[in-house]
Amino acid sequence: MGQLVIEGIILGILTGGVYALMSSGLTLVFGVMDIINVGQGALVILGAYLSYVLQQYLQVDLFVGLLITLPLMFLLGVALAFIFRPIKRDRTVLSVLVTFGLALIIEGVLNLLFSADTVGLQGWYINASIPLPFFHPTFYLPYIYVFAFLLAVVLLGGLYVLLYRTRFGQSVRASMENRTAAELIGMNVERISMVTLGIGVALAAAGGMAFGATGGGFNANSAYDLISRLLAIVVFGGLGSLSGALVASVVMLVIENVTDLLWSPTWATTVFFLLLVLILVVRPQGLLGQKEGRKQ
Amino acid sequence: MKLFKTLSLLLLLACAIAFPLVVSDGEMTTIAFFTLLFAAMVTGWNILAGFSGYIALGHAVYFGIGAYALAIICDHWGVSATAPWGPLPAGYPIFLLAPVAGLVVAAIAIPSGWVALRVRRHAFIIITIAIFFIGQLLAYNLRAFTRGSSGFDLPLPFQWSGNAYTLPFYYAVLLLLLLALLIARAVRHSHYGLCLLAIRDDEDRAKGLGVKTGFAKLTAFVISTWIIGTAGALWAYFIGTIYPNSAFDPTFDLAVALMSFLGGLGTLSGPLLGALLLEPVRQYLASTNPDWYLVIYGALFLVVLLLLPRGIVPTLQDRWAQYRARLLDRLSEHKVEVSLAAPLPALLWRARQHGVSLYAGRQERQERRVEASLSENSEPVALNQEGGGHQ
Repeated sequence: MGQLVIEGIILGILTGGVYALMSSGLTLVFGVMDIINVGQGALVILGAYLSYVLQQYLQVDLFVGLLITLPLMFLLGVALAFIFRPIKRDRTVLSVLVTFGLALIIEGVLNLLFSADTVGLQGWYINASIPLPFFHPTFYLPYIYVFAFLLAVVLLGGLYVLLYRTRFGQSVRASMENRTAAELIGMNVERISMVTLGIGVALAAAGGMAFGATGGGFNANSAYDLISRLLAIVVFGGLGSLSGALVASVVMLVIENVTDLLWSPTWATTVFFLLLVLILVVRPQGLLGQKEGRKQ
Repeated sequence: MKLFKTLSLLLLLACAIAFPLVVSDGEMTTIAFFTLLFAAMVTGWNILAGFSGYIALGHAVYFGIGAYALAIICDHWGVSATAPWGPLPAGYPIFLLAPVAGLVVAAIAIPSGWVALRVRRHAFIIITIAIFFIGQLLAYNLRAFTRGSSGFDLPLPFQWSGNAYTLPFYYAVLLLLLLALLIARAVRHSHYGLCLLAIRDDEDRAKGLGVKTGFAKLTAFVISTWIIGTAGALWAYFIGTIYPNSAFDPTFDLAVALMSFLGGLGTLSGPLLGALLLEPVRQYLASTNPDWYLVIYGALFLVVLLLLPRGIVPTLQDRWAQYRARLLDRLSEHKVEVSLAAPLPALLWRARQHGVSLYAGRQERQERRVEASLSENSEPVALNQEGGGHQ
């Protein structure tokens, strides 16, 4: 019993890192551009498929392949930013619908190219595992969980340095705080938005590789399951709050893994969603979110 | 004008009633059934999303609950579709149970709507999506109620066969659509509807002025879910077997929202128009081109949202008003006496009578421009070029 809880917590923290990658992109983009990217789930799956193609046809290692997929997905994000330029009125609401449309297109294209069969990623670290000491019966932790978590730490660390230690990061944070004011003092908010969306989509791709490697198989339909979790995470943590997204990812995955091991896997996600609803009854703005000001 | 409107609406209704009698092809009537089903649901959704501005993207959960409620009621009471009940012939009693399933949905919508309506704008959208996924997961997991992923069978009306199978469903759903339209109209023209519009425009100010915002939002939520739940029940009876992933369909809300946006969110006729235009296209695409269906549908979605974000009806209304204003300008320039409130056909007739054309000739326009630049007051010309200011 106690050991199962500890196992659940370990797995939860490690996979929570992967979800933090995907959800930080979502919340960052919301903060800067005021758009909710419902297509993030589909973009994650797209990233996973890119890694799959590189591995299957060019025999590129998953982690090395990121050197190709990340820049590609960054460019895709920059290109997507052009779609949102003409939307000025009701931006948030329209963006949900627009990105849902994008998600449908991505899902349709992926279905056309790869059919609906589930595929999996391969690598020695997916099959091999570390036997952890002090556990009876022995608990085998696959290497990929550790590697994916390390990847998340490296990328999120890089994001932290970019946001809090560079001039560009300063302007991103300024636009997150007050877009109009940032524009008024002469910042090129449109360009900042483009780069931010690029970063968000690139993070989704990295998350996609890690998701594909840790979560077993995936197909284009996995996007729905993913986006519901990602939205739940960012709302739980507070929309537009990066630290909130990180905390919420870990909390959600720990709860899910512990419920999974103690009770049953079918109830794991439901428990989290119920927790989300409860939290929102008490704190409508989420764990670390700020109360929304009055909008004229 | 009012007579004209009423007559055209009656004509439309007559067409709708006659349609399955004229076109007896089963495939066509099925498409028509789905079109009317979506028209009813979009009209219901619009009462919440269009009037109060709360864009709910999880109403598929109430559709699914309505479907399951009817299935469970029929199973529990042992209702058969082949035995008559009282004066009703076999198969029809279940249509009476559909609104009851709708009431079950409305009862569930009260607590879930209360939770969702505690937040606004984007957070509201996301919570409704989360509630949708909770509903779908529960449908999979509460096996005792829903029989999980193996699906739930509803009573089958064997006596209706072949191309005539769709007929009773078609008329049932037409009735629901009429009811939904009447409800939406009553809401729109009532004090309560004005409260909803006030909430959409500025909720805090509305609250400050004494509108009971919480109550108004929740009732709009419950009304819309009743309509959608009843539609879900009718759909379940039509389909025969329901599964968690078909009754709780994540693309459902997308379709409903797209139809609303295409026609014009917040208008009475807009959502109806959107559903009548889009649902046949969707059904056609899904049946003839399943591979490209998602890609085409998604692209269509983007085009509609980016090119016509306000919808067809509001855009046309604007054009209409502009046209009318220009005509009035021209008539007053020619010193033709008309009432400002006269309808457009009357204006056109007067213009024709007095030989006033809407577009001034090029020479005349140039002359007037010179005149205007010479005189101090250049406003009429400027107004004319802008296309009139009466909106």
